[in-house]
Amino acid sequence: MMKAARTTLLGAAVLAAAVLTGCATAPQPAPKALAVRINENPYPSTYERYPGVPTLIRNATIFDGEGGKIDRGSILFSDGRVQAVGGPDLAAPEGANVIDAGGRYVTPGIIDVHSHLGDYPSPAVESLSDGNEATGAARPEVWAEHSVWPQDPGFNRARANGGITALQILPGSANLFGGRSAILKNVPARTVQGMKFPGAPYGLKMACGENPKRVYGNKGGPQTRMGNIAVTRATWIKAQEYKRKWDKYEKSGGEMPARDLAMETLRGVLQGKILVHNHCYRADEMALMIDMSKEFGYKIASFQHAVEAYKIADLLRENGICAAMWADWYGFKMESYDAINENIAFVHNAGACAIVHSDDPNGIQRLNQEAAKALAAGRRAGIQISEEVAWTWLSMNPAKSLGIFAQTGSLKAGKMADVVLWNGNPFSVYTRPEKVWVDGALLFDADNPAKQPVSDFELGQPGEGDVK
Amino acid sequence: MIRALAMFGLLTAASPLAAQNVAITNARLVIGDGTQVIDGGTVLVRGGKVVAAGRNVRVPAGVETVDAQGKYVTPGLVAGFSRLGLSEVDLGAAGSDDTEMGGSVFNAAIDVSPSVNPKASTIAVSRADGVTRAIVAPTTGKSIFAGQGAIIDTGDDFSPVLKSKAFQFVELGEGGAGTAGGSRSSSFELFRNALVEARDLRGRPDGARRDDVLLTRRDAQALVAVVQGRQLLIVHVERAVDIVNVLALKKEFPALKMALVGVSEGWTVADRIAASGVWVIASALNDLPASFEMLAATQSNIGRLRAAGVKVAIGMIDDNDTRYARNQRQFAGNLVSLQKVPRASGVSWDEAFAMISARPAEAVGMGGVVGSLAPGRQGDVVVWSGDPLENDSVPETVWIDGVRQSLTNHQTRLRDRYRSLERQNVPEAYRK
Repeated sequence: MMKAARTTLLGAAVLAAAVLTGCATAPQPAPKALAVRINENPYPSTYERYPGVPTLIRNATIFDGEGGKIDRGSILFSDGRVQAVGGPDLAAPEGANVIDAGGRYVTPGIIDVHSHLGDYPSPAVESLSDGNEATGAARPEVWAEHSVWPQDPGFNRARANGGITALQILPGSANLFGGRSAILKNVPARTVQGMKFPGAPYGLKMACGENPKRVYGNKGGPQTRMGNIAVTRATWIKAQEYKRKWDKYEKSGGEMPARDLAMETLRGVLQGKILVHNHCYRADEMALMIDMSKEFGYKIASFQHAVEAYKIADLLRENGICAAMWADWYGFKMESYDAINENIAFVHNAGACAIVHSDDPNGIQRLNQEAAKALAAGRRAGIQISEEVAWTWLSMNPAKSLGIFAQTGSLKAGKMADVVLWNGNPFSVYTRPEKVWVDGALLFDADNPAKQPVSDFELGQPGEGDVK
Repeated sequence: MIRALAMFGLLTAASPLAAQNVAITNARLVIGDGTQVIDGGTVLVRGGKVVAAGRNVRVPAGVETVDAQGKYVTPGLVAGFSRLGLSEVDLGAAGSDDTEMGGSVFNAAIDVSPSVNPKASTIAVSRADGVTRAIVAPTTGKSIFAGQGAIIDTGDDFSPVLKSKAFQFVELGEGGAGTAGGSRSSSFELFRNALVEARDLRGRPDGARRDDVLLTRRDAQALVAVVQGRQLLIVHVERAVDIVNVLALKKEFPALKMALVGVSEGWTVADRIAASGVWVIASALNDLPASFEMLAATQSNIGRLRAAGVKVAIGMIDDNDTRYARNQRQFAGNLVSLQKVPRASGVSWDEAFAMISARPAEAVGMGGVVGSLAPGRQGDVVVWSGDPLENDSVPETVWIDGVRQSLTNHQTRLRDRYRSLERQNVPEAYRK
């Protein structure tokens, strides 16, 4: 499936190039010039899965990531794909590496939909601070992937301690339009292209609330929430106009309209190709943003940091919008003042799509524990959610919100073998990842120092290669 | 669930804000000092203090008895390093934030006590999670000296301060270098100068001061107790060589009584710290090279320090020290989990728990007063729904100084208001 997706993308790129060349060298004048196609994927993924051996894990408690649980379960993966998930009778093909989990747990890899790894890497010094293009309130033209430093040691920590196999790198929230997100497989690579999740759609980071008004209040605005909305609407009006021009041109040809990188991103949103991930804490503001999406004809994939999602969980359900939330962050600014520990469980209970996210290079190492806290808070409030269902907050729902659920986010035959073997129940504080596979390649093994990478930055430094 | 709520209701209704004589029996009893869990234990609190705790404790007639039904009963947790109660909201709500002291003309003289708001939501939230005491430090302003911190309780009353001016807090790592003019050399010189001025002032309390005076009289006066070793000096350092340099200050100022906070690279010089005998209040899970003074950060830091004989407590400096004291127990649990990771260093459950109860108290010289259920300690007791280091456990009952506490706060009230989103006859604002 992954191969197919890559081929398609590659095909599109080749086609785009051919069209461009064709136009430039066309010998005979056409009555009406064919429209120039813009390459929509100029920084394509070069990710290739690393080799793995056919592996059968048996005698495990398996959370399949879609709410299913198998006791004494088995999972077989090879060629980068999950081949089968079943009970004790699942047979190992010849030569397969067979792991007896001895009752330990197997889950899909965790997907963090809100990370700034690479854009705000460690060490957190000014020279590497590349997460907010805070030079204009609306900067949809910037792409987070152009800031990602693949050597950020945080990627390795997230895999080793957190079982993170994929993540969305978002630009920051200083801006109303922060730019495009990058969706990455959590593998060490020399280039960001080498990490890019093949076939994943782009996301657009939008922000409402305190950050834009704080950053731009003294830089020409917006200075208020009403200013935030006004500037955002005005930008969408421009985007609609840009889209009309380009739609017409692509349909009928003629003189090519001027390209505008900012507007290209917004047009992608209006076309449904780019998914909106909207930083928004407060219930009332989320409702306003939903109305705005309807006003301009786009869809919000997720609200990020949706601290007050519990107040409008019904609205989120009705509009099919995911809420990405912390388990217990609160009070650090006014828009996080009404945080409650039951937020995630309440959103889930209302039938909406709940996601546990980190926004933090430390928190990303313990998202399983954050889910556990949220689950426990929900249960105490009388909401009975099973552990296997709670795991959907960490894999299926994040994958859906990012548009990659067809490829990853659950342990189903045919999907990418993004798999974590935990040394106990992953909702327990006493549990750690034991082995982590990305596309069937073993990229972390607690028992094997050879499977514990060291980033370039740490090489030869104090603590290099240490158990972290 | 319903039963639990009903019980909570009863407890609230019955809670007078006065010290009770109470015996908690049938407990999975954790003394909190690193000793083993005692099954079938009893803790007896009278006159606001722990009288006895153990397996064979006789409960005098007339003392209220609470059957813990085999649940964990522990001392209240101690926030090892915090800014608890100083700030309601950090960003964009200036009046509610007493951690910002950059405009103050004083530094070492500052006493954090009047800034502690016992009615702050951070206090109530921490209390509901079993945090009953906190080491509260001011934040540095214009000097490397932040001022004098306090030991507080989180009780729902207007006397939060157990001990004011409990310690002086100084930044001597990267942060201190920035404040002092840009380099570690400048911060160490500023430090030396301040202590010398304090020493000189001690010699001539009413007389004129020497030339080149940099400190205000009040700041210099405040440091007299530090230079004489009568007041603890808590030093924030992360980098290994900074730790070595700080320990060497004892040669210049032999009376100094120090504890270190942060100490991310401590494991690389663990033997020296152990030999010095100073306490470390470490950030438990720092494992990123977040700065050039934390290149060797690892989650095994505390385990290795302990193995080398260093006295260690868990604190939350730079880890949202205003409001995440409640995450100390999750952090402690993670240190336990490291015991199962090859080549990593963790700590035992008993020691991990002590690192968030008795150890922080001991680090600031209050081990005889709070942090454990040893006889004579303040009556801070928590009954937990399960293993207190686990993600799914919460306090069911909390006593501070023998006073049963309310566990209700802004968050629990919002939870109850929005439990159902069904439209009712009146708006949500009428659900109280």
